[in-house]
Formats: sequence, structure tokens, C-alpha cells
Amino acid sequence: MTDANPAAPMRAQGLAAFMREKSALRLESLIVLALLVAVMSYASPYFLTLANIFNIVLATSTIGILAIGATFVIGSAGIDLSVGSIMAFAGVVGAMVAAHLGLPWWLAVPACLAAGAFAGWINGLIVAYGGVPAFVVTLGMMGVARGVALLITDGQAVYGLPEALIWLGQGRPFGIPVPAIGFIVTAIILHFVLTHTRFGRHTLVIGDNEHGAMAMGVPVRSLRIKIYALSGLTAGLAGLFTMARVNAGDPTAGMNFELAAITASIIGGTHLFGGRATILGTVIGALIMGVLQNGLNLLAIPSFWQQISIGIVLVAAVWLDQLAKRGVE
Amino acid sequence: MATLQLREVKKHFGPVNVLRGVTFDLHPGECVALVGDNGAGKSTLMKIVTGVYSATSGSVILDGEDISGTPPGAIRELGIEMIYQNLELAGQQDVTANIFLGREPTRTIFGLATNIIDFKTARDQAEDMIRQLGARLPSVDIQVGKLSGGQQQSVAIARALTFSPKVVIMDEPTAALAVREIEHVLDLIKELKSRNIAVILISHRLTDVFEVADRIVALRQGTVIADERTGETTMQDVVAHIVGAH
Repeated sequence: MTDANPAAPMRAQGLAAFMREKSALRLESLIVLALLVAVMSYASPYFLTLANIFNIVLATSTIGILAIGATFVIGSAGIDLSVGSIMAFAGVVGAMVAAHLGLPWWLAVPACLAAGAFAGWINGLIVAYGGVPAFVVTLGMMGVARGVALLITDGQAVYGLPEALIWLGQGRPFGIPVPAIGFIVTAIILHFVLTHTRFGRHTLVIGDNEHGAMAMGVPVRSLRIKIYALSGLTAGLAGLFTMARVNAGDPTAGMNFELAAITASIIGGTHLFGGRATILGTVIGALIMGVLQNGLNLLAIPSFWQQISIGIVLVAAVWLDQLAKRGVE
Repeated sequence: MATLQLREVKKHFGPVNVLRGVTFDLHPGECVALVGDNGAGKSTLMKIVTGVYSATSGSVILDGEDISGTPPGAIRELGIEMIYQNLELAGQQDVTANIFLGREPTRTIFGLATNIIDFKTARDQAEDMIRQLGARLPSVDIQVGKLSGGQQQSVAIARALTFSPKVVIMDEPTAALAVREIEHVLDLIKELKSRNIAVILISHRLTDVFEVADRIVALRQGTVIADERTGETTMQDVVAHIVGAH
């Protein structure tokens, strides 16, 4: 069937249009990152030192890993507000396994991942079958996971981690912090999953048109469960690295990290209402957050300003996106 | 033998009886037009056939086999496709992804099946299908949301026809189209019939119905009130069935 009025051939208008065409990755986020780096290196002579760059990547790794999970969730038109709490929960579970139960240290790794994935799976189950909005379910889990973390530790951080476990947080093979390696490997694997597997593509399709996906036979419910479980799994991984880095299972870890993770994903180009997302964009978004935080630290600006700046960046990014869309229409 | 048989299909949502026992047959190469006023139960009936809803009672039989209660993906595997009025495309995904939605070809690695999509096969087949349909698209890599209405419908049609269906259901395929595009859709229905595919056409446009349908089944308040051969009825009669003047 031919179209009566064939649309004029699409013209790519420069690099930004090309990138928009090929992926959700926004050139704007790269420019913002470059500008931030330029400003910070002008403001502080320490900013562009190798040691500081590693600090940035290390500081970015936790938010970055959480943001990669958030990218799947937001890409499917969902939201996960519980990742900061799940991270703390998974961290204390792993720490207790390693420090208190007399088990081999490495069991802390699957314990963290399993604890995170389990909490995420519960989220997914209730979202998919309970008909409760993801916003409410994960807000509830934000309270529950944090509460359980505090309850099982009696509100005290769990110390006494084995050396081998601490290496996962503090080790620097070839000078590169282990959590930074974990962040990069996670990004590469989940980039492949998002772009090349049926699971990844269906994640974006249900964010785009859930009803259509269902009518075409995509198992939407089981897919949602997997997506939230994946978000929990990445939160568990972030919890593992954080626990190992600070040498304790801290039930108050990851406070407000969901805000930073969602922000990183959104400024990286993930469409807030689902359907489009890239892991590379999210990594850039997380680096923007990391550079911002690091720069504010170097300039000795009180850390309260970090919260304020993250909040402003989140709202500004979505606002600009909406303005750009209105401009197109 | 009939390709598709509906037997006493009933559906109620709580106290509301939407379908009160619908029975009709559909034969290979035949086009049945399903007509009726809004709320007559056409959409609900088709959602039962495609597995989106399950019937309260009654059965849907494909090639002699009862397929009632089969989920949508498995129904498509069995050869029943539906082109929805709103097309049900994923606007931010490309043409290939939409055509293969839910049935992406996957790669095997060392003889093991994987979840990894074989993009090359999908893309080649998508281009082939678009070419066969004679649709003019800038590229199969373009986001579907950037295409015109007619082009988007081509994508939805390509998706329905790629896997050699036995039954194709079209819900108001001509409602949003320009005159020339309507002709293409009607030609396509004739082509499907010549290839022995059975078609259910839901349409309010009786001129289209009389041009391509072999039989007209009229629904009113969830029951079949007329099942007539197109050559043995008139437009006035059909309108009368729909509005309930008989």
C-alpha cells in the first residue's frame, strides 16, 4: 500500500538530529558534561589530576549503577523510588553474612545481589499483578527496605568485614578503583541487554505502548517483574560496593540516592514517560552528577548544596525536554 | 471446513452482558464484514478471538481445534492476526522492531537458543515485506511515530502479514484514510482472499463492506441479528439491522 502523500525524505539536521534519530542519546548531555569539566578545571587546579579523575569515577559508580537499573525501569514507563533503601538493605545483608555468620567472605556477593533482586522482585510482583501504581509500590518499598535494614542491624552499622571483601570497595588494580570497574562492566553488559535482546527491546516497547505490546503477545506482566528485579539487582550491586568501600554494612547508606539515580538517567536522555533510553546516555548523566558533586567538594561548597543542585538539575532537565518537544510540535 | 468457528460466545463484565451467545463461521478466502452500532459487541468479540479477553462461555475454534482461552502471543502463532483501529504500534521504535514485535528472530550461539535478536534477518524480512506491500517508506530504520498515517498503517499491515496468517481481522482499516489509500486497503483485502486467507472486516463504511465482503454479519446488543450473503441483501437492509428497525 502506498501513501497518497509520501512524506518528504527526512533530512538529518546536523549531529544533534542524527543522534536523536539513532538513539535517545542527547548531544546536549555531552555538551553539559564538557562544560562542567571545563568550568571545574578552571576553578580548581586539582580537578584534572589523575587521582581526582579516579575519585570522580569512584564517586559516580554507585549512582551510575543505580541509574543503569533506573534506566530500564523508566524506559518501561515505570519508576523505582526504592533503590537507595534496597541498596542499604542489600549492603547490611551482605555485611552480616560476611561478618557474623562465619561463612566464606565471597558469599557476601551473592547475598547482596540476591537481597537486592528479591526486594525488586517483590516490587515487580505488586506492580504487575496488584495493579498498584509503581510510584506507590516503590515508595512503600523505600520505607520497608530501609526499615528492615535498620531493624536487623538494630540501627547500628555492621563492622568487621573480611579483608578480601573490603578489596571490592577499596582495591585499585592498575590504579583503577574496583567499583569503577564494576560500574563500567555493568554498563557494557546492560547496554548489550537493552539494545540486543528481546528483554531489552520489549522493555522499551512496553514503555512506548503497553497495550499494543500485550496485544502482540509480549508477556507484559512477567516482563515488568523482571525489570523491577533487575533494578533491585543493580541496587544490590551498588550496596555491595558501598559496603565494601566504607568497610561496613550501613543501614543508613544510600539516603536520597534514588533522586540522584533517576536524575542521572533523565539527564542522560531516558524519556521520562518510557519508550526511549540508552545506557551510554545514562553513564554520561551519572558522570555529570559525579563531576558536579566532586567540583562542589573541591570548591569547599557545603554538601547541602549538592542536594539542592541535584533537585534543580532534575527539574531543569525534564523542563528543557518538554520545551524542546513543544518546539518540535 | 470453516477456518474459524465461533460457537455461542458469551461475555459479561460483571452484570453487563456484552455478548449473549455469538455463533458464526468464517471460511478460507472469505471476507466476513462484522457490522453493528457502537456497543454492539464487535470489539469485545474480536478481543476474545485474539485472546486479549477470555469468553465467559462458548468456544472459538480454529481449523477444528478449540483455542478458547489461548493467550494473545500463542493465538498469533496459530495464525490469527488483528490490525487494530489505532494500529497499536510502538511509535518510538523503528519499523523493523514494530513488524517483528513479539516475534523477533533470535540467534543461536554454539547451537544454543538465546534471547539475542538477529537484527539482520529481521531487517531484511521487514524490507522484503514492505516492498511486497508496495509501501513507500523512507527506511525500515525510521521511528514509526515519524511516519504518516497511511505509512503507519502499512507497517501494521506488514506486521499482520509477515507470518503467513490464516485469519486477518481488520478493525475500521479505512476510517482514517484518504480516498486513494482506501482503495489500496480494499485491493489488499481482495488479494488476501485470493491467497485463501480469511478476513474479518469491521467497518462502518458500508460501501467498503459491499465492495469486498462475501457475507455480512450484523451484531446488535451482543447477538447476531443477521448473517447474509452480500449479494442477497441491500444497504438499506443492513442499515436497518444495525439500527434495529427490523
